[in-house]
Amino acid sequence: MAAVLESLLREEVSVAAAVRWIARSTQSSEDDPEEAAALTALQPLRKEFVPFLLNFLREQSSRVLPQGPPTPAKAPGASAALPGRPGGPPRGGRGARSQLFPPTEPPSSAAAEAPLARRGGRRRGPGPARERGGRGSGGPEEGVGGESPAWAGSRRPRGSGSPSSPSLPLSDPPNLSNLEEFPPVGSVPPGPAGTKPSRRINPTPVSEERSLSKPKTCFTSPPISCIPSSQSSALDTSPWGLGLPPGCRSLQEEREMLRKERSKQLQQSPALACPIPELGSPLPSRTGSLTAEPADPARVSSRRRLELIALVYSSCIAENLVPNLFLELFFILQLLTVRRMVAAKDDDLEPSPDSLESPLFQSVHDCVFFAVQVLEHQFQILSYLDKGTLKLLAENDRLLCFSPALQGRLRAAYEGSAAKVSLQMPPPTHAVSFQPETDNRANFSSDRAFHTFKKQRDVFYEVLREWEDHHEEPGWDFEKGLGSRIRTMMGQLSAACSHSHFVRLFQKQLLQMCQSPCPGALGEAPDVLSALGADKLGRLRRLQERLVAPQSSGGPCPPPTFPGCQGFFRDFILSASSFQFNQHLMDSLSLKIRELNGLALPQHEPGDEDGESDVDWQGERRQFAVVLLSLRLLAKFLGFVAFLPYRGPEPPPTRELQDSILALRSQVPPVLDVQTLLWQGLQARRAVLTVPWLVEFLSFADHIVPLLEYYRSIFCLLLHLHRSLVLSKESKGEMCFLNKLLLLAVLGWLFQIPTVPEDLFFLEEGQLSAFNMDTVASEHGLDSMPVVDQQLLYTCCPYIGELRKLLASWVSGSSGRSGGFVRKITPTTTTGLGAQPPQTAQGLQAQLAQAFFHNQPPSLRRTVEFVAERIGSNCVKHIKVTLVADLVRQAELLLQEQLVTPGQEGGDPTQLLEILCSQLCPQGAQALTQGREFCRKKSPEAVRALLPEETPAAVLSSAENIAVGLATEKACAWLSANITALIRREVKAAVSRTLRAQGPEPAARGERRGCSRACEHHAPLPSHLISEIKDVLSLAAGPRDPEEGVSSEHLELLLGQLGQTLRCRQFLCPPAEQHLAKCSVELASLLVADQIPVLGPPVQHRLEKGQARRLLYMLLSLWKEDFQVPVPLQLLLSPRNVGLLAATRPREWDLLLFLLRELVERGLMGRMAIEACLGSLREAQWPGDFSEELATLFNLFLAESHMPQPQLRACELVQPNRGTVLAQS
Amino acid sequence: MILTKAQYDEIAQCLVSVPPTRQSLRKLKQRFPSQSQATLLSIFSQEYQKHIKRTHAKHHTSEAIESYYQRYLDGVAKNGAAPVLLELSNEVDYAPSLMARIILERFLQEHEETPPSKSVINSMLRDPSQIPDGVLANQVYQCIVNDCCYGPLVDCIKHAIGHEHEVLLRDLLLEKNLSFLDEDQLRAKGYDKTPDFILQVPVAVEGHIIHWIESKASFGDECSHHAYLHDQFWSYWNRIHRDSILGTSDVKRGSMSAAPPPFLVSAALHLDSPLHLYFVVSSSCCMTHLHEHWLTMQTLTHHAGTHMDTVLTTWKHGLLCRHSAHHMGTGLPRRHAFSSFSPGVPRD
Repeated sequence: MAAVLESLLREEVSVAAAVRWIARSTQSSEDDPEEAAALTALQPLRKEFVPFLLNFLREQSSRVLPQGPPTPAKAPGASAALPGRPGGPPRGGRGARSQLFPPTEPPSSAAAEAPLARRGGRRRGPGPARERGGRGSGGPEEGVGGESPAWAGSRRPRGSGSPSSPSLPLSDPPNLSNLEEFPPVGSVPPGPAGTKPSRRINPTPVSEERSLSKPKTCFTSPPISCIPSSQSSALDTSPWGLGLPPGCRSLQEEREMLRKERSKQLQQSPALACPIPELGSPLPSRTGSLTAEPADPARVSSRRRLELIALVYSSCIAENLVPNLFLELFFILQLLTVRRMVAAKDDDLEPSPDSLESPLFQSVHDCVFFAVQVLEHQFQILSYLDKGTLKLLAENDRLLCFSPALQGRLRAAYEGSAAKVSLQMPPPTHAVSFQPETDNRANFSSDRAFHTFKKQRDVFYEVLREWEDHHEEPGWDFEKGLGSRIRTMMGQLSAACSHSHFVRLFQKQLLQMCQSPCPGALGEAPDVLSALGADKLGRLRRLQERLVAPQSSGGPCPPPTFPGCQGFFRDFILSASSFQFNQHLMDSLSLKIRELNGLALPQHEPGDEDGESDVDWQGERRQFAVVLLSLRLLAKFLGFVAFLPYRGPEPPPTRELQDSILALRSQVPPVLDVQTLLWQGLQARRAVLTVPWLVEFLSFADHIVPLLEYYRSIFCLLLHLHRSLVLSKESKGEMCFLNKLLLLAVLGWLFQIPTVPEDLFFLEEGQLSAFNMDTVASEHGLDSMPVVDQQLLYTCCPYIGELRKLLASWVSGSSGRSGGFVRKITPTTTTGLGAQPPQTAQGLQAQLAQAFFHNQPPSLRRTVEFVAERIGSNCVKHIKVTLVADLVRQAELLLQEQLVTPGQEGGDPTQLLEILCSQLCPQGAQALTQGREFCRKKSPEAVRALLPEETPAAVLSSAENIAVGLATEKACAWLSANITALIRREVKAAVSRTLRAQGPEPAARGERRGCSRACEHHAPLPSHLISEIKDVLSLAAGPRDPEEGVSSEHLELLLGQLGQTLRCRQFLCPPAEQHLAKCSVELASLLVADQIPVLGPPVQHRLEKGQARRLLYMLLSLWKEDFQVPVPLQLLLSPRNVGLLAATRPREWDLLLFLLRELVERGLMGRMAIEACLGSLREAQWPGDFSEELATLFNLFLAESHMPQPQLRACELVQPNRGTVLAQS
Repeated sequence: MILTKAQYDEIAQCLVSVPPTRQSLRKLKQRFPSQSQATLLSIFSQEYQKHIKRTHAKHHTSEAIESYYQRYLDGVAKNGAAPVLLELSNEVDYAPSLMARIILERFLQEHEETPPSKSVINSMLRDPSQIPDGVLANQVYQCIVNDCCYGPLVDCIKHAIGHEHEVLLRDLLLEKNLSFLDEDQLRAKGYDKTPDFILQVPVAVEGHIIHWIESKASFGDECSHHAYLHDQFWSYWNRIHRDSILGTSDVKRGSMSAAPPPFLVSAALHLDSPLHLYFVVSSSCCMTHLHEHWLTMQTLTHHAGTHMDTVLTTWKHGLLCRHSAHHMGTGLPRRHAFSSFSPGVPRD
């Protein structure tokens, strides 16, 4: 490997040739034969070059990057079984920056291991694991390029005293970079991922527990094993949680640290360039002054060498030979912002420019020079970053110093950039509203299911609310707080089989709450650096000087997380642990993903340059973004649920075990056929939509998944896609730059996920060549449309923002500022014009319509489709309320007839329904005609209203016709399929309604409801009256105080009010009226029995007969005229009420007789009914004399029955006398 | 006039262990002459219900039932016309209607082979004439008409009040041309739980977006508010809109459990003029005219920074009584009552 590099450095081989050699297996004609010969000799090492180069750079820089977050990277290999140490915890990890792809031999001494310990985070075994990467492909480097002792040395165990590398300072001072001993504070991302070191800030207390804790992960992410058990409570340990960096401890501790820090600052010597390393004590490299070593272009050593390596490195980046583009950029920016060299022995070496023996970066100047060189090559990518990053870059004083030209270009790019990426606040979350179409009773199998779901909805939101209120409280635990409630609810659901309903609610709520990214989407504490922007960084700097804990940074490769509200849904799924729920959820998610993935996103017709297209584009971009983000969210949860059962802590320890698992798993069909979807996406040139969600899905795969044939082929496809997305290639029909950038970012991120084997990226070509993108028809697809903007890019890949943070943290530590900007460049994108060949025989009309739309602005097509869709739907609704409602009315009439017809009564409801439907359903055919008419009438109006007024008449009329056609098609398709069922359903409902109404309540009652038109509803309220009458009743029933009573005026007023209320009816409901009726009868009984205590001086009086009679008249008239409910008049003759008479002395029967007569006369009660009541009265037990009187009354009443009407009148006149007689008898 | 929290507490304090009879209510009225009977009754009723909920169980042990029944039998044996049952219930501190039910159940058990069904008992309580024993019928009747907190009559009154308020509310909505769906329409659409009204076009009042309206015909004390919140309001919220009403920044949702803030104002209608508002409150006053509420809203805003919760509580209780006084106490025509509140505020 080193040989290749050496020959490059000696300029025996041109960089271009070398890159070609690396990228393609075959030689191309452009190659110089001499070069080709030199390279052919090295052929077996070809594919190891890139890992080697990356390792080399990381290693070289390990000495000079004591601060700043690390550049994680992933080494290939080691995915295979580690037979040597099954299950045992790995002792210490491997170098990441220092050795991206670690050496073959395990470090032999603790001291030697120290510099690496913190970096080699991946739990990877020593030696054997690396065999494939190190030697596997044809022998160790010594065999080929044996003349490079420095390189060889660098791959040997450190501190082994290798004589071949005496000059390398690697083993002596840089203990500083030993993060085991000098762990940084708060420089760690959340969770165990957080053990990723940041060397920027070092003063930290040495913590014993850290050294005992599990091996530090340095690469990308935590061991995936912890996922399923992660709970909010376990913030500090959960890799998926949103935990605080371990560095953030109690306030007390912080203070202690601050104190130490200050004392250290005092001790510190002003000479910062070469700080004295104190063994075992933190070295304060970041102090209050935060000075960085100035970089000087003039002091760069071995310029040529750096230039060459920068060129090779840049070419590799440009050809997508590196796994993660943004990781490399991050690394470069780290080099750019190096603060000072660690223990650089400047005078030690006289670098020989052509050799690799000397360290590559001998000073800060070298680092900066190299970084600027690479940045120059990567300008194009930089120019597409967000405005904030561009500004920080353009204002970087080192950059200005080393390459004013690049700085000028960056400035210009900044000026021209509109790519402001804003931190959006999440919109307020809404509950999924009740959807009458899907949530009503008709959609449930049983009442029980319906009511269960009704309850579930409330429980679900109750749980959600509680989570919202509490999840940020320390010590609150999802499982403890909500787990059992969720499981109870799930249990009820399972019993009632309503999972699909619940899942629908769950999914909708998920989409509503989580679609828009939350700020701090990576689960970080609010990010001050990005919030402040470059302007206020000076202030931030001052603020920062007072802090010991630095800004936390998630690093450029954070593990998959569930930020914000997503955490709720994840925890819900985990806590529910319901198989049925998970299955339904997967079904539902898959369906929705398929639906969204297949969504016909509007095609962009280039060349439409009027202002309108801008507006359209914004809309289309927004739509695309919404669809993409939804897809990613759904796919993430699908991946989470689908791979949940398989998630384990580690890859299987032995080959045999792994093989058996593989054999088993390969039988399991994939939850969603992502392979086909990916193929289709690539073929339809919709990779920009499909790949990002696929990546989300795959990021949750367990260790076995990438080994399965099915998924392996997907990874191959993705790899090939990654390789093919060369950013610098811009041709017609190519993918847009930002689209590519998005794909590169998400793919790069995926390749860093720990479950994805490292060697996957550096696959054999043979496996890759299976996929050939070029064969894909260069038809217009989403890929070639500028659908991605910076906002979406940063939303999907928030880790790109790490670049800005890195730069900002540099600015906050240095006060360099550059002046104003001058030029302005507006980047433009061009897209090829491609004709759409008419597909198959779809009918000339359809093709014509397509052609028509093709020549019109896309908004026209959208308008027409929208109108057609809406009108079609409205048409159906219209038919429902007109035709169907008419039919239902007819059905009701028919039903009434059926019920009234004697003999037919009591027919079986189902039979009735059948008869009605057979009569009515044929009329449903009218629906189609009416529907057509509706669409014909409404669609043109809508199209006309929505299209610009200036639309030419011909275009307008064509658009109208197409809209009519589409709407009719839609409406008629639905109607012809469903109208009969619809009529049936509605008629059935009507029948059951009618039959129910036939019950006890008389149907006639409804008609008289409502008061007269002139009524102003001023009558007293029924509730008031009931309560007043109740008071009178209770007074009469006693017990009462001597002074209590009512006046006859009050009684009259009361009855008057009762009349008003009954006539107004506005506030009267049947139960109230019934009670009023009953109370009025009670009142009458009391009057008859003279039981109402009347107020009046001097003693308690009884009502005068005249007054009583007047009141009874009032009551009679109310009963006759005003009550609309049946008045229980028979109560007047109930034993209890008649019994009231027994208590009075002397007994007076005349009022009762009067009342009975009036009742008969007014037709309120039939004579027969009264006789029956009186008859039954006699059966009751009474005192002897009372029975006799009762019998007399009975006879008297019977005797009257034969008298003609006029005599009754006369009789009434003599009533008082008769009463007295009666009483005396 | 506003009923402060302190006043409310004072009234509630008076109601500890007071039998729910006409006489108690009369005494209460004498003690708090400034409050309307309806307000006092509403508070009385709710306090008493709380009391009964606490003590209900001890009256339903079989020993207790036996001893009550025996005492009843002894009582009526001595004098059937005396208010035996009523006095018994007052003595053991239990609602007369509920006592009547206990005795009736026990009586029927003794006199019939099959245990009486609930519907039979309910029907007998509604119409004591159906009770086979004349003396018991009279005793039961006496209990029912004298009980001002329980019993079929009281239930009917409560139901009637609820209905009346709904009608009032509907009238107001119609009058103000606000498009709404009422409960029946919502049920027809298949909604499972519905508030009284859903506004088809939401309105805003004082920064609160109002989506739905529910009126409650009872005194809005904390306890009942929580009950309603739990049983109904959250359900509506889950179905209709979650953000509304509590969307303001100064009232956090978390504080609601501490003291129910504007949620109580479960709806308010925004009319043409910003000053001309009707509030619909979940309390015994279902709505009153703006003026008073507007003032209280001012108070509310004024105190927002300091004692939001207290103010809200005060405000809430204030509403009620005011309304009740006019609505029920005097028997004045309603329109009249409304317009009497409006001075100083242009009506249209």
